[in-house]
This record gives sequence, C-alpha cells and structure tokens, in this order.
Amino acid sequence: MLLALNPLVSPDPGLLIWSTVAFLILFFLLSKYAWKPIVKALDERERSIEDALAKAEMAKEEMAKLTNENEQLLKQARIERDAILKEAKELKDQIVSDAKTSAQTEGAKMIEKARHEIENQKVAAMAEVKNQVATLSLQIAEKVLRKQFEDQNKQDALVSDLLKEVKLN
Amino acid sequence: MDLSHIFNLKKTAVTLISAVFLSVISVNASAQQQAEADSISAAKVEHAPEGEKEESISQTILHHIADSHEWHFWGHDEHKVSLPLPVILWTNNGPVSFLYSKHDKDEHAKTVFTENGQNLVNFHGKFFYASAQPNAHGEYIEVDKANEVVNAKPLDLSITKNVVSLLISAAVLLIVFISVANAYKTRVGKAPKGLQSMLEPIILFVRDDIAKPQLGYRYAAFMPYLLTVFFFVWLNNLMGLVPFFPGGANVTGNIAVTMMLAVCTFVLTTVNGNKNYWGHVFKPHVPWWLYPLMIPVEIIGLFTKPIALMIRLFANITAGHILILSLISLIFILKSVFVAGVAVPFVIFISVIELVVGFIQAFIFTILSALFIGMAVEEHAEH
Repeated sequence: MLLALNPLVSPDPGLLIWSTVAFLILFFLLSKYAWKPIVKALDERERSIEDALAKAEMAKEEMAKLTNENEQLLKQARIERDAILKEAKELKDQIVSDAKTSAQTEGAKMIEKARHEIENQKVAAMAEVKNQVATLSLQIAEKVLRKQFEDQNKQDALVSDLLKEVKLN
Repeated sequence: MDLSHIFNLKKTAVTLISAVFLSVISVNASAQQQAEADSISAAKVEHAPEGEKEESISQTILHHIADSHEWHFWGHDEHKVSLPLPVILWTNNGPVSFLYSKHDKDEHAKTVFTENGQNLVNFHGKFFYASAQPNAHGEYIEVDKANEVVNAKPLDLSITKNVVSLLISAAVLLIVFISVANAYKTRVGKAPKGLQSMLEPIILFVRDDIAKPQLGYRYAAFMPYLLTVFFFVWLNNLMGLVPFFPGGANVTGNIAVTMMLAVCTFVLTTVNGNKNYWGHVFKPHVPWWLYPLMIPVEIIGLFTKPIALMIRLFANITAGHILILSLISLIFILKSVFVAGVAVPFVIFISVIELVVGFIQAFIFTILSALFIGMAVEEHAEH
C-alpha cells in the first residue's frame, strides 16, 4: 500500500538514465583531469618529505658517527701521548739511573786506580827515599870515615881497638 | 604569544562559519515556510473538507521531495513563478519535446493535448496517454482500486529538476577540482593554498581513512571512483539543504540517483571480484550439505549489499527533508503563527544535524563502497 502510494521508492527511468550519463562523464573527466594529478602530486610531495626526513636522519647519524670517530681518535691520541710520555719518563729515569750507576762504578774504579797509583807512588817514593837514605848514609859514612881516617893516630887507635876486641873473642 | 594568536584566529573563523551557516539555515527555514504557505493555502482551497487537510499536507511534502518538470520558486496556479524545464518524451511515434510551461496549466488530466499525433494528459506532473473517455471526475485517465493510474505512459527522458541540479553540481565539481588540480601542477613542491588547502585534508581523509584501510595497497586504482562518489554525494547532500534556486532539489534523496550510485559500486565489485571472492560465494567454507542453503544466501548477499547502499542514502536524505518540511507544516496544521516560535528553532536544529548527516552519509557510502570492493579484491579471506 505504502509502496504503491509512494512515488519516492519507484526509480524514475529518465532520471536514472540522465544521472548515469552525468555521473559517468563526471567520473571520467574528474579522474583524468583532477584526481590523477592531485593524487600524484600528493604522493610525490609525501615521498619528497619522507626522503628529506630520511636524509636528515642519515645526516644526523653520519654526524654522530663522525663525532664518535673524532672522539675515538682524540681518546686514542691522548692514550698514545700518555704512553709516549710515560715511556720517555721511564727512559729518562733509566738513563739517569744508568748514568748514576756507571758514574759510581767509574768513580769507584778511578778511586781504586788512584789508590793503587798512590800506593805504587808511595812504594816508589819509599824506595827512592830508602835509596836516597842509603846513598846519603853511605856518603855520610864515607865522609865521616874519611874525616876519621885523615889522622894517623886515630887509625892506629882504631886498629888497636879492633885488635883488642878480637882478643876478647 | 604565537599560539594564543592562532587560537584567537581559529575562534574567529569558527564563529564566522557558524554565523554564515545559521544565516543560511534561517533563510532556508523562512523560504521553505513561504513556499509551504503558498502551496498549502492553495491545497486548502481545493480540498475544502477538514478531514483532507492532513492528506493535502503529506501530498505537499511528497511533492516537495519528488522530482519535477519545473523549478518552482513561489506562487501557485496563475501566480506561479517557476523555471520551466524541457520535457522529452519517447512516445510510440518517436521522441517529443516541449517546455513544461506549454502544458502546465492543467495538472489534473482534465484537458487532453496532442503532441506528435499522440493524445497526452498531464496528471500531477506526469504524462500519460489519454483515455478515450473521461472518468467520473472528468479526468481522461483510469485509476485502479489503489488509486494508481493504469494508463500507459511514454518513456519520460525529461531534463527534470533533479537532472539540472545534478548537472549543476557536476559542473561545480569539475570547476573546483580541475582548478585544484591545476594548483597542484603550478605549485609543485610548495605548500597548498586557498581552495587547494581547504580540500586537501578531505582528499587525504578519503585516501587515508577510507581507501587505504579497506583496500590496502590496491587503493590507488579505486581512488578516482571513491573520490568522485564522496564529493558527488556530499555536494548533492549539501545542495539539497539550500532552499533556493541552485539547490533545493532532492538529488541524493531520490532513489534513482542512489540506485545509479549503488549499481556503479556493484559493477566495480563484480568486475574486480577475484577467484577468492567468487570462491567464497560458490564454494563457501561450510560442510558440503549446507551448500544448498549457503550458496543462495551468498548470492542474495551480493545484491543486498548495493541495495542497502541505495536505501541507506535515499532514506537518510529523504527523511531529513521530510523532517524539516513536517516541522514547518506544523504551523499550518495547528493554524497558529506562534507555533513558528517552536517549529523554526527545531528546523534550525534539524538543519544543522542534516549538515552533519550530509557529510556522514557521503562518508558511509564511500567507505562501504570501498569495503565491498576491498572484499572483492582481497587475496585471502581472513577467517
């Protein structure tokens, strides 16, 4: 009853045909001249934004990597410097201590040598002195004797003394 | 500092837009009131008995919602101001065409006119082949018990009010979106501007919230159809809410238009249906002895989906129009101008809801179309 009364729910063939024609033409025109370029432009823009973001991210990563590398390098350099300094110090200490030891031994050796020399010199000097003393004594004795025996009486006295002594023996 | 500045700007814009809407709606209400006043007073003259008043009001409402051969502005009978539209009839003797104003004096089939050797009558804006003899009321038509005209009628291919309205909205869509597309071509790689920036979020909404979730990676092929349907339905819904000339036609509330749209979705679904989709219909995942039950159900399901689309849009939009017209008719049913104090605020309220409904129905039609197409092109059923 309602369906029969109501013209609203019975599609009108004329309108159906015209709306189909109009809608299909609209659809093809819009697809070709509007939606295709619009959707393409939107996609392209999105892609370019994404690319830019990805690139920025990459640059950031690169930057971080570089900074990290730099730091690593710096750290390594610092370590190396420290090592070199330490080595140098050790070397210096070594040299100083070496020098000290060698100086000590050298000094000791020299002292020893000097003592030896002194000893030698002393012995030599003593020998010389002994010789000199001996010579001098001889010369003195000679001179005394000569003086003693310049007078005949004395010579005779001496002989007689000697002779007396012999008799005692 | 900057943020508060933007906030103020938005607030002003929102206020401005709502002010414009409200003013349009109140014009809408008053214009409809005017039109109602004309038609109902005329109806009352014809149908003197009080008992027929409700009948005449529902007739008037249906007349406002239905398609027409003229764009009626105001007045009735000899005081009528309207834009006559071309009538094209495919009669037994071939096509006939004339402006509606040529044969609009008598809409009660009481005078017979001859076009291209065919005797025709105009009965409530519809053309029938005239009967040889007038009936008891002096009308040259025959009616059955259900008050339906039984006379044969020529195929009516007229450019009616709905067709003109549809062409206007198609032209608007073409102009707007081709200019937007040109903006995209000339402003490559730049931020959107003007109309382009207004429509871009909506286009992205259709793409990201309608097409992509339902169609997955195949969305691109169906974007043109979904966008066309969405904006076509939405614009026609909105134009239907404008009471004066370029609007006022009930295009998306006409079952022929919604049927056409539903058939488009049905054709796309059927043409794009893959092996999996048809397998689901003819070899459902049920024990074999249930096939005699399941296969008919699945086949009926193929058709109920587009039919639901058709009815949903038609019913929602028509219901909104009927609601607004009924609220205004209350003034004439209760015969008091003071009823307007209640009816008009209600009309404004319903009109605002209809603005939302216009968008929601466009969205629902599009998302369901996308869903049905998505079901047809899906590679493996998810069970």
